[in-house]
Amino acid sequence: MKKFAVWLGQGILYAALATVIVVFSRWPAYQNLAADRALIKISISHQGQLLGDCVELTPQELAKLPPNMRAPKSCPRERSPLTVEVDVDGQLAHRQVAKPSGLSGDGAAVVYRRLEVPAGKHHIEVRMKDNARSEGFDYTRSEEIDLAPAEILVVDFDAATRRIILL
Amino acid sequence: MNAQAIRNSWKRFEDTLDLIFPGGSNPLRNLGAIACLMFAILLLSGIYLYAVFDTSVAGAWKSVDALTRQQPWLGGWLRSMHRYAADGFMIATVLHLVREWVMGHHSRFRRVTWLTGIPLLAFLYVSGIGGFWLNWDRLGQYAAVASAELLDALPLLATSLSRNFLSAEAVSDRLFSLLVFVHLGVPLLLLFGLWFHLQRITRPNILPPGSVSIGVLASLGIIAVAVPVISTAPAELGLVATALPLDWILLHLLVLADVLSARSTWILIALVLALLVAAPLFSARATAAVAVVDADNCNGCRRCVEDCPYSAITLEPHPHGKPGQQIAVVAAERCASCGICAGACPSATPFRSVVELVNGIDMPQLSVDTLRRTLLDALASARVPQIIAFGCAHGLDVEALGEADVTGYNLLCTGMLPPSFVEYALRAGAVGVIISGCAEGACEFRLGNTWTAQRLRGEREPHLRRNVSSRDYRVVFAGDRDRGRLDQAIKELRGNAATGINP
Repeated sequence: MKKFAVWLGQGILYAALATVIVVFSRWPAYQNLAADRALIKISISHQGQLLGDCVELTPQELAKLPPNMRAPKSCPRERSPLTVEVDVDGQLAHRQVAKPSGLSGDGAAVVYRRLEVPAGKHHIEVRMKDNARSEGFDYTRSEEIDLAPAEILVVDFDAATRRIILL
Repeated sequence: MNAQAIRNSWKRFEDTLDLIFPGGSNPLRNLGAIACLMFAILLLSGIYLYAVFDTSVAGAWKSVDALTRQQPWLGGWLRSMHRYAADGFMIATVLHLVREWVMGHHSRFRRVTWLTGIPLLAFLYVSGIGGFWLNWDRLGQYAAVASAELLDALPLLATSLSRNFLSAEAVSDRLFSLLVFVHLGVPLLLLFGLWFHLQRITRPNILPPGSVSIGVLASLGIIAVAVPVISTAPAELGLVATALPLDWILLHLLVLADVLSARSTWILIALVLALLVAAPLFSARATAAVAVVDADNCNGCRRCVEDCPYSAITLEPHPHGKPGQQIAVVAAERCASCGICAGACPSATPFRSVVELVNGIDMPQLSVDTLRRTLLDALASARVPQIIAFGCAHGLDVEALGEADVTGYNLLCTGMLPPSFVEYALRAGAVGVIISGCAEGACEFRLGNTWTAQRLRGEREPHLRRNVSSRDYRVVFAGDRDRGRLDQAIKELRGNAATGINP
């Protein structure tokens, strides 16, 4: 093949490589949320209540333990699962029962979910239960919200104030 | 379409590209080296970018954006080169993987090289995606949040990574330092893994041929000037980053997770990785006999060790030699059965006056002795003067040329031909010798063409003696589809014989 044709061919193919890189490094634009929608992000990481109470050990039970392990009380480590329900405009949008993490089930339970909703006004109700020994939900929050397009509302739980919070 | 048909189609495509990229400069034959070149660009440009990068949440976007706006001819250009080289790295790596798969280069002696390449792919994805986090623009926000959501689907971490990106307050400088650490640490792991990947390859091509390097660098350099990479708006965690100018080459996994779900994406990734790991198990290629060392004829000269393309030969103390004398030892699982070692062995010269030519290292399926005997028989029984063509089983079939005055031998690789066979054939009555093989830059065993050419030019031992006229032999690395060049060489040698130019 003539030298000119070789140069031309190489130029065309390197230009094709450059074009592929330029084009697909920015096009087509990715629309991961429609322009008229907003997002409710439920993100709760919370350690549920202990499943059982501490119990006093009897002298006989203590005697069976090695001397260095004779604590007067035995406390279970396992935590309650976390139950979270979210209603949007009166409809159940998400329900999840999250197990506590850790091999002994003594860590935090994590709930994470993205809910796409139309932008605008909504009524949201969040219910959370972190104690398996109680009846009904331990925490609830009901709120009127107004979401702009692409806005994110975060539903979280503040362990310090023991309240469901909306960010 | 079966594997062989796909392989043939790919070869045809590569052969066609050889017309445009002659002399071993075909990018498809240099994909691994191109990937290494891209990696080198990334490392070098990354040093400058890191020097000017502000590793804080508040300063990251400003420092990266300032590169484009305040120093477009250095920082901005380097930033664009960094991104485009990352894209090119991904493209070259995936094509490299696909090519090696299609060509069946994933089993037997290449198994370890194949398997050590798989983690590099994972490191490449992590490095590529991680680079977007550091811009901390809307695209970086999307990449960070989507990466965290993807990782949260794995039952590995007790806490949710996504919670680190719930609000602006949640993203701390400390977290950002961790992101920087990942983007610096994983490429270093990639570099370390690359060292493992190349361990079983002698003299690996770390950089592509000069013309390919220039072509790639020029392509990236021009687009870095013409279409510079710019940041989108600063990250704002209270808003969803929408209508993103997504880099599909590097971030497609995150989109896949959006479309399929994070868990499905991990299942898909696991399936692909499992398929890649299992590929060597499903190879139907028969195991060929490996090189055999003859202790009586091996003096541990080291030439086979130097020439083996896959580091399959080592030297050990000779079992019945003097103290310090060594012998070649072949690691069967690494041996490619190419016979290049036999071509390198000084005892493989056919001029030795022994009834049976046993050399230090040889191939059981086609010994040098067999080659000498059949060559002599062919020349003795020929009715017309013969041209001897030494070819390669992976190149043009020289045993099926259909020419009455050409006797062909398909060797395991052209590199298994001891160069003294050229002189030996001429002295035994051949009117000329042709040495054929795979196309330039396409040697099935990497170094066969190179070593053969160097031995014939007298640049490598064992060399062809200088008293052999270059008019009497032709080297035609024409591949298996360029019959025309071989015919031209035959024609020239016939002409020599007719004019009686030969000494």
